[in-house]
Amino acid sequence: MKLSEKAEEILEAMWTAIEENGEGFAEMGKIGVAVDDPALDELTRFALIEKKEGRIYFRPEGRSEGRRTIRRHRLAERLIMDVINIRGESGDSKACQFEHLLNEGMDAKVCTMLNHPDTCPHGKAIPAGDCCLEAKRSGDLGVVPLTELTSGEEGRIAYIQTEDNKKMQKLVAMGVLPGNSIQLIQSFPSYIFRVGYSEFAVDAKMAREIFISRLLEKI
Amino acid sequence: MALFRRKSTCHKPLADGSCGARKVVLVGNPNVGKSVLFNALTGAYVTVSNYPGTSVEVARGTTVIAGERLEIIDTPGMYSLLPITEEERVARRILLDDSPDMVIHVIDARNLERMLAMTIQLLEAGLPVILVVNIMDEAERLGISIDIPLLARRLGIPVVGAAIARKRGLSEIKRIIPNYQRSVPLIPEYSIRLENDIAEIAGLFRNRFALSSKAVVLLLLQRDKEIMDLVSKKEGEGFTAVEAKLREKIYARRESFHLDLSLERKKIAEKLLDGVLSVPEKRRTTFGERLSRWTVRPLTGVPLLLIVLYYGLYQFVGVFGAGTLVDLLEGTLFEEYFNPWISGIIKEALPWPVIQELFVGEYGVITLGLRYAIGIILPVVFTFFLFFSILEDSGYFPRLALLVDRLFKKIGLTGRAVIPMVLGFGCDTMATMVTRTLETVRERIIATLLLSLAIPCSAQLGVIMALLSQTPVALLVWFVCLLLIFLVVGVLAARVIPGETPMFYMELPPMRLPQLSNILTKTFSRMQWYFMEILPLFILASVLLWIGKITHLFEKMSDWAAPVMAAIGLPREAAVAFIFGFFRRDYGAAGLYDLQTKGLLNVRQITVAAVTLTLFIPCIAQFLIIKKERGAVVAVAIGLFVSTLAFGSGYLLNKILLATGIL
Repeated sequence: MKLSEKAEEILEAMWTAIEENGEGFAEMGKIGVAVDDPALDELTRFALIEKKEGRIYFRPEGRSEGRRTIRRHRLAERLIMDVINIRGESGDSKACQFEHLLNEGMDAKVCTMLNHPDTCPHGKAIPAGDCCLEAKRSGDLGVVPLTELTSGEEGRIAYIQTEDNKKMQKLVAMGVLPGNSIQLIQSFPSYIFRVGYSEFAVDAKMAREIFISRLLEKI
Repeated sequence: MALFRRKSTCHKPLADGSCGARKVVLVGNPNVGKSVLFNALTGAYVTVSNYPGTSVEVARGTTVIAGERLEIIDTPGMYSLLPITEEERVARRILLDDSPDMVIHVIDARNLERMLAMTIQLLEAGLPVILVVNIMDEAERLGISIDIPLLARRLGIPVVGAAIARKRGLSEIKRIIPNYQRSVPLIPEYSIRLENDIAEIAGLFRNRFALSSKAVVLLLLQRDKEIMDLVSKKEGEGFTAVEAKLREKIYARRESFHLDLSLERKKIAEKLLDGVLSVPEKRRTTFGERLSRWTVRPLTGVPLLLIVLYYGLYQFVGVFGAGTLVDLLEGTLFEEYFNPWISGIIKEALPWPVIQELFVGEYGVITLGLRYAIGIILPVVFTFFLFFSILEDSGYFPRLALLVDRLFKKIGLTGRAVIPMVLGFGCDTMATMVTRTLETVRERIIATLLLSLAIPCSAQLGVIMALLSQTPVALLVWFVCLLLIFLVVGVLAARVIPGETPMFYMELPPMRLPQLSNILTKTFSRMQWYFMEILPLFILASVLLWIGKITHLFEKMSDWAAPVMAAIGLPREAAVAFIFGFFRRDYGAAGLYDLQTKGLLNVRQITVAAVTLTLFIPCIAQFLIIKKERGAVVAVAIGLFVSTLAFGSGYLLNKILLATGIL
């Protein structure tokens, strides 16, 4: 089943109205769909929706399709804004184009890369996908900046993300190397962590650039 | 062994035909005990520091082992052959230019895996490495065990397990050095892809370099500017081909070459250490670590800091040094015994009153210059440097740095700047020199400004404490004024001077009990430096003052300065103290001390004078160092700003004190 872009957008609008605003149906006038829109026929043909007097209702399959569609949309927003760093209206429109590419497993890949985000950049919930549930079950707590660890918590250095190449060189030379285990010792007034038998102090700015894979048993 | 090439001085056709002693270069991370080994080998002492980056200067010494004279060179701490800081650049330049006959790589046994990464770099560079695994004692206490002979076999070089501070391993090192022969060491193999890349580029070289081609290529791939220039110069036209190939490889690996390389080295180190290193399952917490925790938690760290400052600075330096010792030396020894005695001798030997004045008069070289230098300054400086050295060797400073980092960020500095700031309380000149260890020019300028403005040096501090100690309120007013000006000027400077405050990161060396002999030698070498610096200035100042007095120039200058003095509510005689202050701030403060003893100043006047003089332009030595380190423009700008602010603050303070009647 490959839906047209317009059909996907209708599903998204329906999801917002029905699932998030708690209305029982979506009104065609409100979500800006004409009664004779071919996309509506398309959705009806796939048995995803039901039309009744200018109102559209989800059928069970339609609800889950809507859920997947909204998830793709919001993941695309996150990707465009957080990673590709395009914001504002142009970000929104890019996300709208991008979301249609996120099918057939692409969404799971992007979702994992983004560390299974809960919300879109506008603060709306991203419905959890299988990958999110799997990650939660397997205890992969994701990769977080050093600042997110609690004092005493241990983890493994995942990567260092700094625009300053020199600083990364220095950290790497000091032994702050991906794969090494790390323990946060204290977070105020400066971050102190231990790698091997050495201790290092960094400020918050620097701590935000060191990313840690959390270990399960501490939570 | 095509990668290696003998590069001993003796094999080079030298112009003068001489062949120097064999050179032994010590390299390694900061805080692994290089300098301690240096001292143990040479017998001489240079600064051994817990603070990463203090030993900017390179120490060279000679020693005789088994009848052979050797030159020993101690390099600044380096983390990798790819330099980032100025010190690392210096250290590498020594390896490149000095053609060492032996390179002793000192590493910390507790961090064997991480430090072995640099051993691997040294070996692949084709350097004649002897590995010293130091601090074995502490590693053993932590339950770490290391199979040294196995490691030596794997690396194919001499490896010594040592605890140099306790003299362990020293005799073995001394046994290895005279018989040292280049062996066939392990050349670490990287992944096939990387090895191919290296071979491809190295194949284009027409010349040989001080380091092996492999090391040179790896540095080139990491875009090392210095090596790039070196290769380009040596290869001449051939460099175009090298550059093209290099650009291709750098582009192909643009994602994370540096990291990939580090990870490969880590893997090599892991493999080398398999079966060599055994680490206990559960790490033990030593007392040093527990103490370290206390020093860095705000709740315990701040009280500890206050205790350290109270007992160290106030009680030891202030009360004991500037009080008891000064009374003993200046009050008793000089005033009661030495001065009358020497005056008698001089007056008998030299019948001319003018010449007598030069030596034993009011501003006499002996009665004033020597008395100030030895009687007042010496005890204060001695106690301060003793205190500072103890803190330094215990590893307290990096902890202090992280504790104050947040605060220092507000005045445009990072926690790192705490070392020059504290050192400034000893000697601002020395501290200004140390500001070069700060990362950015902006930070250095702010630190230099604050040092020359609001940080009184120990000598000055001692005198000012003596001046104001009778009236605690005056001391409080003085302290609050300085603190306020320090903060206000710092915050403003951070806003005005363009640029960003760099990030703060620092390795925390373990806390340890300082060793008395190290501390004493360090204190004495610092005092020696200080004394060589100030004694000539004191004598010069005495002579100038004497000339000023006999030519009556002095009175004229006092006349000129009288309006300024009047503006801040001081008698015209106080001008003398400020003229003294041009030479040295403490000298000026000591001048105030004399005025007070003569009863010429009331409490308010003393307070105003003390504040103004503390803020006043730095002594000549500091000014010259500012010029040397920061350039003439910055030096003059700081000088003008500081003088204006000093008298401006004096004026304001006088008015405020008069209006409120606090003093």
